Parts: sequence; structure tokens; C-alpha cells
Amino acid sequence: MYVAVKGGEQAIDNAHRLLAEKRRGDQQVAEVTTEQISEQLTLAVDRVMTEGSLYDRSLAALAIKQARGDLIEAIFLVRASRTTLPRFGYSQPIDTGSMEISRRISATYKDLPGGQILGPTFDYTHRLLEPGLEDGNLPEPAALGDADDQPAPHVLGLLSEEGLMEAPSSGGQDDEPDDLTREPLSFPADRDLRLQNLARGDEGFLLALGYSTQRGFARNHPFAGEIRLGTVEVEFVPEELGFPIVLGEIEVTECEMVNQFKGSKKAPPQFTRGYGLTFGHCERKAMSMAQVDRALRAKELGEDEIAPAQDEEFVLSHCDNVQATGFVEHLKLPHYVDFQSELELVRRMRKEQAEALREAAE
Amino acid sequence: MTRYNFAYLNEQTKKMIRRALLKAIAIPGYQVPFASREMPMPYGWGTGGVQVTASILTADDVLKVIDQGADDTTNAVSIRKFFKKTAEVRTTEVTEDASVIQTRHRIPETPLREDQILVYQVPIPEPLRFLEPRETETRKMHAYEDYGLMHVKLYEDISQHGHIATTYAYPVSVEGRYVMDPSPTPKFDNPKMNDCPALQLFGAGREKRIYAVPPYTRVVSLDFEDHPFEVQQWDAPCELCGARDTFLDEVITDDAGGRMFVCSDTDYCSKRQAESEAAE
Repeated sequence: MYVAVKGGEQAIDNAHRLLAEKRRGDQQVAEVTTEQISEQLTLAVDRVMTEGSLYDRSLAALAIKQARGDLIEAIFLVRASRTTLPRFGYSQPIDTGSMEISRRISATYKDLPGGQILGPTFDYTHRLLEPGLEDGNLPEPAALGDADDQPAPHVLGLLSEEGLMEAPSSGGQDDEPDDLTREPLSFPADRDLRLQNLARGDEGFLLALGYSTQRGFARNHPFAGEIRLGTVEVEFVPEELGFPIVLGEIEVTECEMVNQFKGSKKAPPQFTRGYGLTFGHCERKAMSMAQVDRALRAKELGEDEIAPAQDEEFVLSHCDNVQATGFVEHLKLPHYVDFQSELELVRRMRKEQAEALREAAE
Repeated sequence: MTRYNFAYLNEQTKKMIRRALLKAIAIPGYQVPFASREMPMPYGWGTGGVQVTASILTADDVLKVIDQGADDTTNAVSIRKFFKKTAEVRTTEVTEDASVIQTRHRIPETPLREDQILVYQVPIPEPLRFLEPRETETRKMHAYEDYGLMHVKLYEDISQHGHIATTYAYPVSVEGRYVMDPSPTPKFDNPKMNDCPALQLFGAGREKRIYAVPPYTRVVSLDFEDHPFEVQQWDAPCELCGARDTFLDEVITDDAGGRMFVCSDTDYCSKRQAESEAAE
């Protein structure tokens, strides 16, 4: 007998209860707290804040817990929450030059003003599992030194002084930045809009695209001119005051790539830039973003557009993982009606073909 | 964190969407870009339709939500619950009682009235998308009314298969100007869009587009004189209500090839069953 599809409501409620139970796991095991996630899964929190486009460690930690560690789901939760927040306006541009630095490296100079600071990095660790971590041993305290208060100017700025590096360009002329959460994305997109899109974009997607440029698809060998991690102040000018006030500090990772450029009719041979910026410590993402930003400047610089990473519409339309996962996963929704339509057509066409063959045989 | 504005969206956002809706109604079939928001349900699961519904809903409205023609499919249940929670509006499964109907993939079998609004969830609003993947190109094609590519595609279908091999999301021409994607409704429903007394609104959240068909607008399915547009037909009537003029879903009943055909519009089907029981 025909089993009616009634009962969807009860099924949904039951599924959600089961999900909550699965999320908690074995109840003999202590429950993970959002403080623990925020303090000990810091890089997951950083990624969720970056791609979720919201600087709030506790909300990101909550989202990670709620999403059972599925970071794209957590990013989605943060984005949806962000929609409900009122908007006061745009902050002043942050000044990464006056960053309180915790890590700063340059692959282009052996030494430079402000020095190379390794900071907390996986680089040069041997990737050997450490069974000691299972037992919860306290780490050795980190070595301390005195800050020398020496300024650490941007490496690319040093190159610019010699005229070897192009001046930074925003692409847009107006003061107010374009904002794809307020206006739908349209093409061609100014660089500010592109950078916003890439900053929110999926780390894995950008990583693969950046990688592809190193393997010859839009080959343009990048140098990691500078990567810096640290805290910067965020300033805002309230209309009624007319001068900037500090809202707080945020941690950011900034990457400036240096790429060769042979020159064109418009510009002499010089180095060109690719830029990446993320909340927290998302170094891989910042580097990939800088590579893709540079690749997307192909048209502006008069380069041949031959590879996926240079294709603005392809990259910007597909790098948002919340959009991508929604549409891919929507294939789980019922499509009975469309499928029925296709079934009917295929059956009819097969019948007609069989008839035609029979007639031909007679 | 549990207190939301009426129908979830803040008033600024609703105003932005209403402006896009007005523009869409003024230019029937034209895709108006709008600043689609991130909703608490996934992109591709009806966020466009939900934003449109949230922007037009008033406290007096009676809302019906269907997916595949049915009120009790999981996603329809989920969206109905969302508005019950955030707008506290009355909901119904009865087409005649609804003032706003949000739908995915079907148009109700019961004819709609002037005081009703049909809101479609749209995954890919661009009818030319599968012929030309670039938005920069398709926008130009619409501007120049350059629909040759679409006619060539339909012609190639006929030359290869003897039929236009499009069975859902079948392109229509709106008021003789814009070619429009009716959303992935089966072509069976296309004739219902023509000269419809109800306002038809289309929301594509992920693609950030809104478009509309105002009441009593000419909506013509693309075809050729010698290959006129036809809708699907079934050999047998609905096994539950006996209807011969509705879209039927095929339900597999066993693992030995057993199957039955029943109305996809559950409200229409149960009403007919109740009527025939009352008559007996």
C-alpha cells in the first residue's frame, strides 16, 4: 500500500534530537567547553571568524561546538548570526604597519629593520605525533626576551622607496568601500570588493587555486615578501564626534606577495603585489589569498588570461563555501517532480525509438 | 538572542527587498540584482523565497508552504515552522485559504486568485545559464534581447530527439520581452503562469536575483509553429482521487516493478478524495 509522506514534522524533530545526542557523544566523557575550544582549538576559531566574517571568538567557539567540529557548518552559523546584527558603519582602515607583532617573516631579505620573528609556528616542527599530548602534560614555558621597540616597516614599502615596487592600489576610487554583503557582486569587480570576497572565501578553494598558479596555470612566481601576525587597533569615527575612537584590538595575519612583472607599454619592469589578510592566525589562507589576488590582476596588468585562477567570474562566484555547500547539499532535497518529468520523457523517447526500429525492420 | 524582528529580517533589509520587488514587477521577467542576506537555512534551500516571503508578509496573512506540490515534505515543513516561529502568522495547507503561498517546484492545481501571492524558490534564475555560464555575457544577451542561442538549443533537441528535451525549468517569454526561467517547475505548470490573476514573485537567494510576473501577464512557453509546446500526460488517473488533469508523482510500491501514480499536489488530492467520500 502507498505509504504517504506525512509525518515530516515529527521526523525532523526526532532527527534534531538525535543530532543533539550525537553531538554530546559518550556522556561518560567530560563535555568540551566553548572556553576550551576558544583557548585550545584557536586556529579553528580563527578560520571560522575569518570566513564567517565576524570577529568574535566566543561565538565562533560556540559555532564549532554546535557544528560538531564541522568548520564550514560553523562558518555558516556565524554568517547567519551576523545577518541579524545592526550596522553602525565602516571602521577606519587598520594600520598593519603599527601592528604589535607576534610573528613576522620575510622570504625576500635575510635581515631587515624590525627583524625576523618566528613566533608560534608549525614551520620546522617535525610532524611526529606526540603521545605526551594525550596525558595533558603542561608545556615548557616559552622563552622570553625584551622587546626592542624597533619599528618594523612593511617590506614592500622598502622596495617601493627604490621604485622597484608598484604603489599599492585599491582599485576603487570612492572613499566608502564596496561591500558585497550590502550590494550584490557584479563584474568587473573593483579590487576592494575582490579582496573582501577572497577574505570570506574558502581556504581550501583558494589554496588549490594559489597552488595551481605555482604549477604553471597562470605562472607568476611569487615571493613571500612579508607575512606578519599580531594585533592592531580598530578605529571608528562616530558621526557625532567627528574624530576616531578605538573600538578595540583584533589579531590579524597579513601576507604581501611580491611577483615579478616584465613591464608593459604603460609601466616599466617592476615588482607587483598580491595581498592577503585574515582574522586571527590563518597563514595558509592569507598566502593563498595573496596569490589569487595577484593572479586576478591579469587584466589590469595586461597579462594573458589563460588559467582558472585569473578568471574573475569563476573565482569570485565560487569561492564562498557557505554558498557552495548550500547548493551542492540542496541536491538532498526532494526532486520527485523534476525527476518524474524526466522519467516520462525518457520512457516516451525509448518507446518512439523502439517503434521506429520495428517499423524499419518490417 | 531568541527575539527576532517580525519575519526575521530587519526593516532595512525588507525595504531593500521590497524596492527590488517593485522594480521586478515594473519590468516583468527581468532579473533584478538584490543584496541577498545570509539566512539561517542553507543557500539552495529556499533562501530567496524565504526573503521575499519575509518582506511581503503581514500579521494578517495566511501562509502555505509547499515543496514538490506537498505541504508535508521536510523542507516545506521546515520553512513553515520558521515563519510560525519568527512571524507568528497563521498557516494553512488549503490553497484557497492562503494569502501567500511559497513554493518549490510546483504551482498548485487549484486556480489562484487576485488576492493571493505565489512566491517561488529559485535555484538558478538565469534561463541562459546552461548555454552560457558567464553572468557578464547573459546580462548582455538579455539587454539585446538576443535569444537566438536558446532557440538553437530547442531546435537541436528536436533534430536530435524529435522533441524539445526540456521537461522542467522550461523557458518562457514574459510579455513578449524577457525570456525567463519559471524555476524548476515541470513544464506541466507553465500554462498556469499565463494570465494568472495572482502576483508571482521569484526569489533566488544564492544568486541574488529577484524577478516577477505581475497579475494577468502574458507568459508564453517557447516553441516552434511545427513543434508546438505540449505538457506531460499520463496514461492513468491519480490512484487516490481519480484526477486526470493533474501532475502525477510515481510511487514505487514494491521491489517487483509495482508502482502507482498519485497527485503531487497533496491538498488538491485530499480535497477531491473528501468530496468523493461525501458524495457516496
